[in-house]
Amino acid sequence: MDSATSDPAEAADPGPGPDADPDSARRPPLRASADNGLKIVVVGGFGAGKTTLVRSVSEICPLSTEETMTRAGESVDDVSAVRDKNATTVAFDFGRVTLDAHNVLYLFGAPGQERFWFLWDRLFTGALGAVVLVDTRRLDDSWYAIDRLERHGTPFVVARNDFGGPDFAPQAVRDALDLDPDVPLVHCDARLRSSSKRVLIALVEHAKHRYPHSRSRSYDGQVPVLDELNKELPR
Amino acid sequence: MSRPPEQLGGQLGGKPGNRPGRDDSPDRLYTLTGGRSRSAPGNPFDLVTLVVAESDPVPGMQSEHAAILRLTERPTAVVELAAVLRLPVSITKVLLTDLLATGRVSARHPRRTAVTDPDILEQVLVGLRNL
Repeated sequence: MDSATSDPAEAADPGPGPDADPDSARRPPLRASADNGLKIVVVGGFGAGKTTLVRSVSEICPLSTEETMTRAGESVDDVSAVRDKNATTVAFDFGRVTLDAHNVLYLFGAPGQERFWFLWDRLFTGALGAVVLVDTRRLDDSWYAIDRLERHGTPFVVARNDFGGPDFAPQAVRDALDLDPDVPLVHCDARLRSSSKRVLIALVEHAKHRYPHSRSRSYDGQVPVLDELNKELPR
Repeated sequence: MSRPPEQLGGQLGGKPGNRPGRDDSPDRLYTLTGGRSRSAPGNPFDLVTLVVAESDPVPGMQSEHAAILRLTERPTAVVELAAVLRLPVSITKVLLTDLLATGRVSARHPRRTAVTDPDILEQVLVGLRNL
């Protein structure tokens, strides 16, 4: 059996067990009116800062859970299949952001490696979009994720997490990743709530932009947050 | 999973047994669900389906079912239930299917059109900007 977690180095708090629920203080309940769960997936290579980003905007301490899936992409249909070498256990972290009385956004940190493709296609169907978090020291880690998202037609932005690593010009990063010119590339410090929040806003603005044939009323061609983010790039 | 939790913890580089289900034998999971694991193709639950209890736990109820009813007095997402119960998502969905079938919980499924609905996307933007 194969197993993976998004990031041991930044592992989520496992939280208390089910017996007592002393976590209710750290896990405030949703409003009774909450009725629409939304998903954004944060993908990235090992140590790219996925959980850091989730933590910085989440209203709950990031939680972790796991899913067991077979290579065919279906969940196992018998628990005995857990012993099957074709079953893979994928652990993922998540956080939560209450947006308003009805909408609740869940942020999932997902491993970006090629062998988890089935997780992408199955587990995160219906996501608003994805943030590809890249570490400029390890751009290779992101190729597969970007290719997969493009094929899947999922709106995404690429966020370059500030690690104090090599300081490449944005165009160099675009070239290295072979990014489509339409895909926003933003800079962020995943440790900062304000920075992570702007990455999410950039993604949702991009998603709105992606569906010009929907019942769009207000899109005026401007992507203010992207403009703002780009101004911050001295490169 | 037959390897001891310590070994898995070492492999993960984290604390042993800190992942849901990792310290559970498949046999325990089998018992919980009567051998089912998810999710017949028709399983309606999404990771972010919000589950709400429609009744109180009753004596004699399977403890995991009772725990779910306590946890869902307010709307709670499937993935949060799985994490707090420390059960794999697939097993959690099986338990929820039972509760849904007997009317003990209701489910608020995500609106599928939200992904491309500019009104919903605008609501998300407003919510994010107000954070």
